Amino acid sequence: MKNNMLSKYIFNGRNAVIAVPYLWLLILFLFPFLIVLKISFAEPIIAIPPFSSFFHWDGSFWPTIQASFYNYVFILEDSLYLNAYLSSLKIALISTLITLVIGYAIAYSITKAPTRWKGLLLLMVILPFWTSFLIRVYAWIGILKTEGLLNLMLLSLGITDQPLTIMNTNLAVYIGIVYSYLPFMILPIYANIEKMDGSLIEAAADLGCRPFKTFWKITIPLSIPGILAGCFLVFIPAVGEFVIPDLLGGTETLMIGKVLWIEFFSNRDWPLASAVAVILLAMLILPIMYYQKSQEKAIS
Amino acid sequence: MKKITRVALIASTMTFAFNSAFANENVVNVYNWSDYIDEKVLSDFTEATGIKVVYDTFDSNEILEAKLLAGGSGYDVVVPSASFLARQIQAGVFQKLDKSKLNNIGNMWDVVEKRVDGYGPLNDYSVNWMWGTTGIGYNIGKINDRMPNAPTGSLAMIFDPNVVSKFADCGIHVLNAPTEMIPMALSYIGEDPATTDPEVLKKAEAVWAPVRQYIQKFHSSQYIDALANGDICLTTGWSGDVFMAQYAAAEANNGVEIAYTVPQEGALMWFDQLAIPKDAPHADNAHKFINWTMVPEQIATATNYVWYANGNLASQPLLEPDLLSDPSVYPTPEVLETLYTSPTYNAKTQRTVTRTWTKITTGQ
Repeated sequence: MKNNMLSKYIFNGRNAVIAVPYLWLLILFLFPFLIVLKISFAEPIIAIPPFSSFFHWDGSFWPTIQASFYNYVFILEDSLYLNAYLSSLKIALISTLITLVIGYAIAYSITKAPTRWKGLLLLMVILPFWTSFLIRVYAWIGILKTEGLLNLMLLSLGITDQPLTIMNTNLAVYIGIVYSYLPFMILPIYANIEKMDGSLIEAAADLGCRPFKTFWKITIPLSIPGILAGCFLVFIPAVGEFVIPDLLGGTETLMIGKVLWIEFFSNRDWPLASAVAVILLAMLILPIMYYQKSQEKAIS
Repeated sequence: MKKITRVALIASTMTFAFNSAFANENVVNVYNWSDYIDEKVLSDFTEATGIKVVYDTFDSNEILEAKLLAGGSGYDVVVPSASFLARQIQAGVFQKLDKSKLNNIGNMWDVVEKRVDGYGPLNDYSVNWMWGTTGIGYNIGKINDRMPNAPTGSLAMIFDPNVVSKFADCGIHVLNAPTEMIPMALSYIGEDPATTDPEVLKKAEAVWAPVRQYIQKFHSSQYIDALANGDICLTTGWSGDVFMAQYAAAEANNGVEIAYTVPQEGALMWFDQLAIPKDAPHADNAHKFINWTMVPEQIATATNYVWYANGNLASQPLLEPDLLSDPSVYPTPEVLETLYTSPTYNAKTQRTVTRTWTKITTGQ
């Protein structure tokens, strides 16, 4: 009898469907994360792999665990890491806000476009993904550099008489991030506005609300789930971004992704690099949990 | 615990399957720097021995090292630089070369072997592929416009604030390579660039600090394109990379003329060495491949193509005459005297070096 119930539980269709994403997370997120967490408690050594082992078997059944919090203490003591975390958060936050303004405008315009155009407009949003991310960022070097397309255009039009220094500054990093992540903002907002109940807007108009006020009072509040989804999709990868600041940024650009790279590759300190990554994840988990909570509320 | 063992078992079975699948084939898996060989050397090797070359490329020592330290890279021949190789040998990454399988080893140049020996027992584990110097690359026209009598043969180009500030407007890059840029600063102030004393190493910070504001970027590869296109006018760089920029500018015919100098204060001499990982699936073929690279005609073909000096004395008569007589590729014996090699730091000193460098590059 009991056996029967068990099989019922396991082969229950709903559970099986839920199991797929959980299994995915278990294998591709939790398991690798536990490895990183384990390494963050180790010490760097000159060997393969270059860190001390976590478990020690000394004949008994249970292994003894050798863990050190030294790496975390080290990160807290050196202001470099705190500054790098803060600077990354700042760059990610500003980029997210800019992306939101531009992305919302584009998403909103697409929903208002004639139906026969919508497919094409959406295709144009997704089209850049057909080119490698790296090549698209490289292309910005050609646009932004001192003798690049942008400066040539501005100079020939007489708008500026000196070439602008954008390449290798934080401004270039913002441009790179906003450009690269814009589709991740447009798509969820578009999906949200598209399925919005148009009768609410008509009702507002019937009751004498002006279009601009309707937009502020009705459209924006109703599209908050889409805005939140877009912001998280942009903010979270932007915090840990490495490629864009490396290629477009200059000496003033300090981001945690780069610091992590230095720890891992230049210092060969895998444990410290792991600790940097664990702290970064811990910082990002708070907004993610907030998002989850707000989503649950929205559903109920 | 059991679960972990099982996962480990599955993982190792998979690696084993991967390795043995390749082990059965007559191939050699080579992992070398990008743009570092004439492909003819590889096709001739296959023709002569029947061994297929699977040739992969990397563009930084760090990437190579991360793969090697993770273990099971699957490569048979890799080409780390000497300072990295020394540490990797300590970590137990490499096997000693079986010199009985390398009958061309007599062609190698003792001057290079002696310098390489300064890093540790590297000659037991590796042979030289190419070597060069870390010096200064610049745009002749733009430097002349701004400072007609610029001290182009000296590190003052980078470290004298009165000089370097004149070039800030046309763009300055510096290699993002702490173990090379810190010794460079030390050689400018007359300290021993090969020192491992943390107190002396920290002095480099004060040398870089006043010139940092004029530097647009610390990066180890973007300067090649940037120099060739005229986006920057001054950089510290690896000899061959600057020659590549020089060649690219000449090909593009864009009016950019690039020069490379070995500074008179001395320059770092670096070596890229062919070595065989301990877990190489085809160690025998790896030896055959390394032996092939020591054939004078083969390495001469490569050097004539990539414009880097090699460590093969017997190949020198086969090199293009203007390459062998170019002192920026093959320095004169007097200049050779001024070149130094970078030391291998222990873990703690390494951290001091990179932390000092982070402070220099980020101001933090």
